[in-house]
Amino acid sequence: MTDLAVDIALTVNGEKLAERVEPRQTLVDFLRDNLGLTGSHVGCEHGVCGACTVRVDGEIVRGCLMLAVQCDGSKVETIEGISDSGEVADLQMAFEQRNALQCGFCTPGMIAAAQDLLLLAKESGGVPSRDEIREHISGNYCRCTGYHAIVDAVEAVAQARAGAAK
Amino acid sequence: MKPAPFAYKKARTLDEAVALLCEHKDARLLAGGQSLIATLNMRLSAPSVLIDINGINGSNGLGGIAEKNGAVEIGALVRHVQAERSDVIARLAPLIARAMPHIGHAAIRNRGTLGGSIAFADPAAELPACLMALDGEVEATGPKGKRTIRAADFFKGLFETALGPQEILTAIRIPAATKDTRVGFAELARRHGDYAIVGLAASARGDGKGLKDVRLSFFGAGDTPSRARKAETALESGDVDAAVAALDLQPHDDVQATGAVKKHLAGVLLRRVAKQLMEPRP
Repeated sequence: MTDLAVDIALTVNGEKLAERVEPRQTLVDFLRDNLGLTGSHVGCEHGVCGACTVRVDGEIVRGCLMLAVQCDGSKVETIEGISDSGEVADLQMAFEQRNALQCGFCTPGMIAAAQDLLLLAKESGGVPSRDEIREHISGNYCRCTGYHAIVDAVEAVAQARAGAAK
Repeated sequence: MKPAPFAYKKARTLDEAVALLCEHKDARLLAGGQSLIATLNMRLSAPSVLIDINGINGSNGLGGIAEKNGAVEIGALVRHVQAERSDVIARLAPLIARAMPHIGHAAIRNRGTLGGSIAFADPAAELPACLMALDGEVEATGPKGKRTIRAADFFKGLFETALGPQEILTAIRIPAATKDTRVGFAELARRHGDYAIVGLAASARGDGKGLKDVRLSFFGAGDTPSRARKAETALESGDVDAAVAALDLQPHDDVQATGAVKKHLAGVLLRRVAKQLMEPRP
């Protein structure tokens, strides 16, 4: 630690933490290196690939384009948190069943982005179209699947959730 | 890569932020960070101090969208997602509303700010071109107080603006749309949400069947948003072919396309946008 380090207090996956961080440390590096939460992946480190997508105060963000020091007072949720709570269990199942992942590098970010869309769709009471699904995951690169199976999986979950809500 | 070390200061008020800027000569302001942090990660930028202005909000008006004296005032810290969902923007700033879905991706729009995008002045970004097309203005706050800079005087060059080293962009203002306001927007990008290869933001006044006061503002086609004035005149006379032929742009080659391809694509966009401008508003 240098004398530039700053104390922060935040909640990560429901757990309250007090940590000392270097200002230059990005949120995703903090989650991985300091907390051992390696489900969020580091891909491009400049906001293009989406592999580091996490939720801060309920909204998805790029973990590489936010600094850990900015999360003082925030509520951070990673793929570990949203999968352990069962929030995305149906998405995980659908991804597996439809082969929506191969190497799995993009999957945590992809699930976070898909869940964000499904939560927004729930608010407006509709099932997103395939185009809307493609648009919402457009910030997440997948180099294996060609996206088709991912769109299938997200669409199936959207329909199942809308059906269950009726 | 990882950023070089820097100190972090969180400003609670606008005065504090300006004082910090005066105190630290090579400081950078951190708003949404969606361009800045990428450049820090790549070490294209290595300031000694980062001044976080996200704590200045609400009461100072940096986070608000309001109609004021026939203009729409958008605080510098308004995030893209906020503008995307704003009724005031949808009603009174339809060009901004049309441009919004093209800016980055959902996760980027949750953090990125309108003020940051304008102050960063990326030549391929949507909002600087919109500000130019709308003949908008920028409010800057510095040690001597506030001043207003017209869009036409604001964008000076590649990533270069009229902001002084101790000034902060605090708001943008654009004329509120009226009944005869027409707007058009189109861009071509390799992937939806990425920086445009070339794009066009336009405004005009509908005058019966014709158009008046046409303003065509291209992005990704020069160092700054570029007006195509000869094409504007041709479009006012209703001749789209002549407007395309008259396109007075000299785009440089870049990583995305050659200048010649960009110029061709600018003509394609002009035809699309001309169609939008000629449709009366519902």
